[in-house]
Amino acid sequence: MSRKGADIVIETLIEEGVEYIFGLPGGAIMEVYDALYRMGGIKHILARHEQGAGHMAEGYARATGKVGVAMVTSGPGATNLVTPIADAYMDSVPTVFITGQVPLHLIGNDAFQEVDIIGITRPITKHSFLVKRVEDLPYIIRQAFHIARTGRPGPVVIDLPKDITQQLSDVPIPSREEAISSLIGYKPHLTGNPQQIKKAVKLITEAKKPVLYVGGGAVNAEAQDELLELAELMRIPVTTTTQGKGAFPEDHPLSLRMLGMHGTYYANMAVYNCDLLIAVGARFDDRVTGKVEEFAPNAKIIHIDIDPASISKNIIVDVPIVGDVKIVLNKILEEIKKKGVKILHAKEREEWLEQINKWKKMYPLTYKNSNKVIKPQYVIEQIYEVTRGEAILSAGVGQHQMWAAMFYKFSFPRQFINSGGLGTMGFGLPAGIGAKVGRPDVPVFVIDGDGSFLMTMQEVVTAVHYKIPVKVAIINNGYLGMVRQWQELFYEKRYSEVDLSIQPDFVKLAEACGAVGFRAEKPSEVREILEEAMRIEDRPVIMDFHVDREENVFPMVPAGKSYRDMILEDGKSPDVETMYLVG
Amino acid sequence: MSEFTVIETRKLREVRKGATRKHIINVTVRNEFGVLARIATLIAGKGYNIESLSVGETHEKGISRMTIEIIGDDIVIDQVVKQLRKLIDTIKVRDLTDIPHVERELVLIKVHTPTARARDEVLRITEIFRGKVVDVSQETYTIEVTGDEDKIRAIVELLKPFGIKEMARTGKIAMKRELGWEENPQD
Repeated sequence: MSRKGADIVIETLIEEGVEYIFGLPGGAIMEVYDALYRMGGIKHILARHEQGAGHMAEGYARATGKVGVAMVTSGPGATNLVTPIADAYMDSVPTVFITGQVPLHLIGNDAFQEVDIIGITRPITKHSFLVKRVEDLPYIIRQAFHIARTGRPGPVVIDLPKDITQQLSDVPIPSREEAISSLIGYKPHLTGNPQQIKKAVKLITEAKKPVLYVGGGAVNAEAQDELLELAELMRIPVTTTTQGKGAFPEDHPLSLRMLGMHGTYYANMAVYNCDLLIAVGARFDDRVTGKVEEFAPNAKIIHIDIDPASISKNIIVDVPIVGDVKIVLNKILEEIKKKGVKILHAKEREEWLEQINKWKKMYPLTYKNSNKVIKPQYVIEQIYEVTRGEAILSAGVGQHQMWAAMFYKFSFPRQFINSGGLGTMGFGLPAGIGAKVGRPDVPVFVIDGDGSFLMTMQEVVTAVHYKIPVKVAIINNGYLGMVRQWQELFYEKRYSEVDLSIQPDFVKLAEACGAVGFRAEKPSEVREILEEAMRIEDRPVIMDFHVDREENVFPMVPAGKSYRDMILEDGKSPDVETMYLVG
Repeated sequence: MSEFTVIETRKLREVRKGATRKHIINVTVRNEFGVLARIATLIAGKGYNIESLSVGETHEKGISRMTIEIIGDDIVIDQVVKQLRKLIDTIKVRDLTDIPHVERELVLIKVHTPTARARDEVLRITEIFRGKVVDVSQETYTIEVTGDEDKIRAIVELLKPFGIKEMARTGKIAMKRELGWEENPQD
């Protein structure tokens, strides 16, 4: 049946199982919006800014594991998507971004609202398509979804010239298999080399002081069950990155919680002193390793990752295993069980766990609470209690993101949604909206800073529009807090351009948008507000927590330094004698 | 627990460092819109210049082959190769640098030859290098030569004293030799 290219777009998206599109229409994409209006079948969330739409698609994808879809017009619509695209690229989020484009014959003419979005996004996409023939449309859309969700997931851009969406075609929607058959050079390697798996099992069996270092790849592969089994079976403590959070429950005795720049003392000490590091879907980011030469200096390293280019990129590893984390972990478990589950140095391994427990007791994650001023950590702890640890948290970027990572214990995958690689301020609110759309059954808290919130706050209106009951906790210290912290520690308190104390009245702002607004200025008010917020199910809630202005995030490993240079609470250094073990 | 006594010095993890040299990389690609831009963007993103690049169709429909020459650190080039493999439109990527291979380049050189003596001399040099004169004017000879890098360099040096008015090179193409080499299963 002959129909417009725009109709083919919607048809194929429905075939791909798309339930939601986050977007904002404009001239070049109008045909597709018209088809959406005529055909239905997909719900659309109208964001108030294209960046918001992009982060919503990301939040949706990060919370559900499904491909997130954002659709915008050409020119400024497309350029406003650049940050979300880069964000999805850095954190490997399966997303498809559809941008309108001027008609083919005008491309390259500096036409109205024309921009070369394919060129602009080339280094920050997994792949991109400019559609040049209407017959290619269903194939390209199918391929885009396939590329976005398989292998190491990532963003794919489809640039849709307006005339393509207007042309008629009777091209049938191909099956997935047929559509992807021409992608001859794209075959992610999933199974892992059996020889390497054998080597890994040998190292795991023989290690005295092993540590599992788990990243977002484990969440993407949904390998939580395999991880738990491996950790418990072989008695291996587990530390996760910000993206890996929830892949291993943080209330488990073997959990070391987060490692790296703002990792726990015990996670960093365990990594520093281990003799075997098993990296699972993690990429040795500089925020994790600190000074590379002193990262796990005595350890053999096993690295399991779907992306061959991630292996031995920052650190040479001893046993590289390219494959899907879930499949490889299953093979490792099989191999271990085949041999009858042996731990060669069981005594040493128990001593290792004992040592870790000592570290945990010596320097636990802590802060000095106050009954006069609200401590940001206290707000997070109270959110943890009020939600019984069952909420999804979406964070902006800065101090509040790190406090959320530290003082909320995450117990299931996809529970902590945050911008790890790109560090995008303004990510929290729109991503939280997307997450709530994808997981309406779970309470969603946005942990935001006053600085981050201001960057995308127009999306409060979107949440009001669709009655999306996200609960936004603004950790308001009137500063660009993380920058201020660095200025305090490394620039002799020269607070250059970080004061945000001139700010809107967030309660009135919430009310002006049709949301509910609360403010807490005393610690005693925190709990009550949170409980009140939990009862509101038909609107977003904005909670303005006036916190201690100069509270710092500790522990901290200064950028480019070794774990040994860690700063603990109140700027103290840990007792050096506790940090080194005989290898 | 004697196992856990304190020591002062710790071993440092070795940081990867590679030699900087010229690499020659063959890339087989699907001949799709933008594929050259993707490859160029990737290499430029690592801060490297492409020394030479040649692209042409292969015997298979829709499949092209590129030969890319870049100077860079072995470790970073290894990353470039891995990332080139990740591109959706690349089918095969192989660093030929340490594999026995044949390299060829074609060059056109327009030499200033106003005198009979210059014409004689240039012709002789051309013959020695098994080149051809492909265009003649009263003032110039245009010479075509193929060969590897050393041969091209040698003839260019010999012709320079006459005055080179113009020169164009195709960039290298390269192909693995078939004998005396065991296939690396990683490729």
